[in-house]
Amino acid sequence: MTDTTGSPDTTGSTAAGAPTRHPMTGNRLTADSAAEGHGFEEHEYDVVVIGAGGAGLRAAIAAHDAGARTAIVCKSLLGKAHTVMAEGGIAAAMGNAYPEDNWKVHFRDTMRGGKMLNHWRMAELHAQEAPERVLELEEWGALFDRTSDGLISQRDFGGHRYARLAHVGDRTGLEMIRTLQQRAVALGIDVFMECTITEIFKTPSDEGERVSGAFGYWRETGRFIVFKTPSVVLATGGIGKSYRVTSNSWEYTGDGHALALRTGASLINMEFVQFHPTGMVWPPSVRGILVTESVRGDGGVLRNSEGKRFMFDYIPEYFKGETADNEEEADRWYEDKTSNRRPPELLPRDEVARAINSEIKADRGSPHGGVFLDIASRRDAEFIQRRLPSMYHQFKELADVDITAEPMEIGPTCHYVMGGVEVDPDTGASSVEGLYAAGEVAGGMHGSNRLGGNSLSDLLVFGNRAGIDAAQTALKSGNQSLQVRDEEVRAAAERALAPFSIAGAENPYTIQYNLQDLMQNLVGIIRKSDELSTSLREIEALKERASRLSVEGNRQYNPGWHLALDLSNMLLVSECIATAALERQESRGGHTRDDFPGPDPHWGGRNLVLTLGDDGRVQLRHQPLPAMPEELQDLFEAQP
Amino acid sequence: MGYDLKLRVWRGDASGGGLNEYAVQVEEGEVVLDAIHRLQATQAGDLAVRWNCKAGKCGSCSAEINGRPRLLCMTRLADFAEGDVITVTPMRSFPVIRDLVTDVSYNYEKAREVPSFAPTPRDPDGKRRMMQVDVERGQEFRKCIECFLCQNTCHVVRDHDHNKPAFAGPRFFLRYAELDMHPLDTNDRRKLSQDAAGLGMCNITKCCTEVCPEGIKITDNAIIPMKERVADRKYDPVVWLGSKIFKRGDRASREEV
Repeated sequence: MTDTTGSPDTTGSTAAGAPTRHPMTGNRLTADSAAEGHGFEEHEYDVVVIGAGGAGLRAAIAAHDAGARTAIVCKSLLGKAHTVMAEGGIAAAMGNAYPEDNWKVHFRDTMRGGKMLNHWRMAELHAQEAPERVLELEEWGALFDRTSDGLISQRDFGGHRYARLAHVGDRTGLEMIRTLQQRAVALGIDVFMECTITEIFKTPSDEGERVSGAFGYWRETGRFIVFKTPSVVLATGGIGKSYRVTSNSWEYTGDGHALALRTGASLINMEFVQFHPTGMVWPPSVRGILVTESVRGDGGVLRNSEGKRFMFDYIPEYFKGETADNEEEADRWYEDKTSNRRPPELLPRDEVARAINSEIKADRGSPHGGVFLDIASRRDAEFIQRRLPSMYHQFKELADVDITAEPMEIGPTCHYVMGGVEVDPDTGASSVEGLYAAGEVAGGMHGSNRLGGNSLSDLLVFGNRAGIDAAQTALKSGNQSLQVRDEEVRAAAERALAPFSIAGAENPYTIQYNLQDLMQNLVGIIRKSDELSTSLREIEALKERASRLSVEGNRQYNPGWHLALDLSNMLLVSECIATAALERQESRGGHTRDDFPGPDPHWGGRNLVLTLGDDGRVQLRHQPLPAMPEELQDLFEAQP
Repeated sequence: MGYDLKLRVWRGDASGGGLNEYAVQVEEGEVVLDAIHRLQATQAGDLAVRWNCKAGKCGSCSAEINGRPRLLCMTRLADFAEGDVITVTPMRSFPVIRDLVTDVSYNYEKAREVPSFAPTPRDPDGKRRMMQVDVERGQEFRKCIECFLCQNTCHVVRDHDHNKPAFAGPRFFLRYAELDMHPLDTNDRRKLSQDAAGLGMCNITKCCTEVCPEGIKITDNAIIPMKERVADRKYDPVVWLGSKIFKRGDRASREEV
């Protein structure tokens, strides 16, 4: 390792004499060293993790513990990643609230929530390992809410048969990220904050090609940085920033999805985008900000403009057996889960989002184009403030609404992408040697729809697994054959700087705005064949415009430039979503086709796999679902 | 509904800068961060500002609005009159990088100096037990979103850079208090918080509490109790003698770090 301080002020260099560097860009200025080498700051690690949310931090901790020299590279400051926004909890069948709960029930809930399109092995590992991953957080300082006998409390969420979510009020994500962050700091793992990776390098290997490094820039100075590493773990989260109404932050530009494609890996299930049923709708500036599912888990109900609990009208055949069909039974369920069925407000997210969408379309919505989420009339103020403190705060501060006294106005918001990098379930390895993916950027675990609470547990379980295997692969490889070619590095630098030299006068903010509009309108909750075809043509037009975009100012902390580079990822991933959505002629989970309203068993047996061709075009192929072993299949025979 | 907001934003870098005036179209219900974003998208594409969640949960968009340390995303335009000029400047206690972005690495260095949590072993069934009432004290402190507004506003370091090496600041006094009050921790951090972290330099003016966007009672619930714990350890002869003679109670199981 040449330089591991992670500080942008240090001149990463080899031991042989300190070269003169430009004070801001950090590029080598001395002529003799410029003659050889690429001239940029360079670091060598066994494992480089891209992203510092739950999955990235957990992967880095696992890689470090497995003996690898590990670095975390993240676009924001440490501790600000999107995980911090998660509210409800971590799903884990610990059995603290209901001793009847175990991994098999959790597995079954997860598969059914994903309409059986999940990779069974991922769902199995996830359900089995989540409890230990939660206990581990406690070991590292997390302070979860407790049951009366001092164990970790577990709360109700949609699609989960038993109260299962370990939580801290409604700020579980903050607790998780802080705990992992503090653990990573305590272990002394190197963190490269506000540093964006734009390319991954490969080198020839015995099996063809393998990962050899990565290229990026410091946001603070705009100077470039090169990592030599045999293992890269993508933990970059999702794609939500391609939609107008979203709960996702600026970072969610599909970087990992795009990096994987360009490195030669494949994506699966990209047509499945989760619209969370409850985002804020008013005022416009907060439209899309998440309202946790815990509101419904803790007793909140959905009503239309007529005051009706409309979810009883939207119980699908598939979930009839486990869903209450009258208000009395639904209300009894909160106290007694064994002899009552779940309220329909707690159906999986895709069902609830579609129902809300239908009510709004039928003119039974709220004044600002949502529906009402009411907990004020159902629980007392003390309970609401204790269980949902940050929701209380959020509505009070941003919308002038007191949720203990009046209903909230909510509507669907783009929240999560089920699709992602196709990985080996046990290790998180992609089809490219040395390239891993974990968390939201990985695909398969959640099938066509993710249950609430299964994301935080996914981050922990598969972050850990990917970190371990990435470390083992790196240590086995011994780094001897690692090669990052100087001309490749220089080419990467040129591509990154292109927006400064193009005088095309297209504004990156405008293109992003146009893309968000088009994805929202044409590739949103309800999709149609002709609209999807149009969307593909329009994405193509935006790509063309993006090739002419230019940015003002210089390289120092320049958000316009950063967006210009992120945009190419957003466009590529949006194309993947639209391509797969057009192909899948059925409605399932997070993919609803107006022209193919029901699920179709033919489509239920296949995944859509996307790759990038040599010509730079997205290619699509069909792939049969992996077959579930019989003993797991049996779990679906027995009714609840 | 909409109107043209008069906005003054500090633009510049370490070598200097000044307030630039802008007129930005804003809408009902917006916050200052919306105005900054619109400015960025339409007039100043390279305007540097940090943000992530836009919902007061991540603590990225800290700055000073009309001189007051605030989160840009939680400051509503409705709190100002339409004719008011809103002035946005970077946090003053940290070196500026560019425009509204400051170098907050001081805080990450201080974070590295806190000895980590060291719990007692698990119960025989592999789980741990803590009572809700016991975890609630620490939970208040763990609401901290690390916006560093308390660090920015604390007069011990604001305009007194020379105190920074010896002073961890309110955010980390929270952390020391959280660990000291953790039911399962085995470290005793009292000496460290007094000596290395500079707890004694705080003279409880409560400025940190006032600017905390999470409403954490930093001074009353964390700093003052920590000061009392330090004083107990240092000056109370009975406590000192007791700790030597009887190895029992909460403290006896803790190891000084």
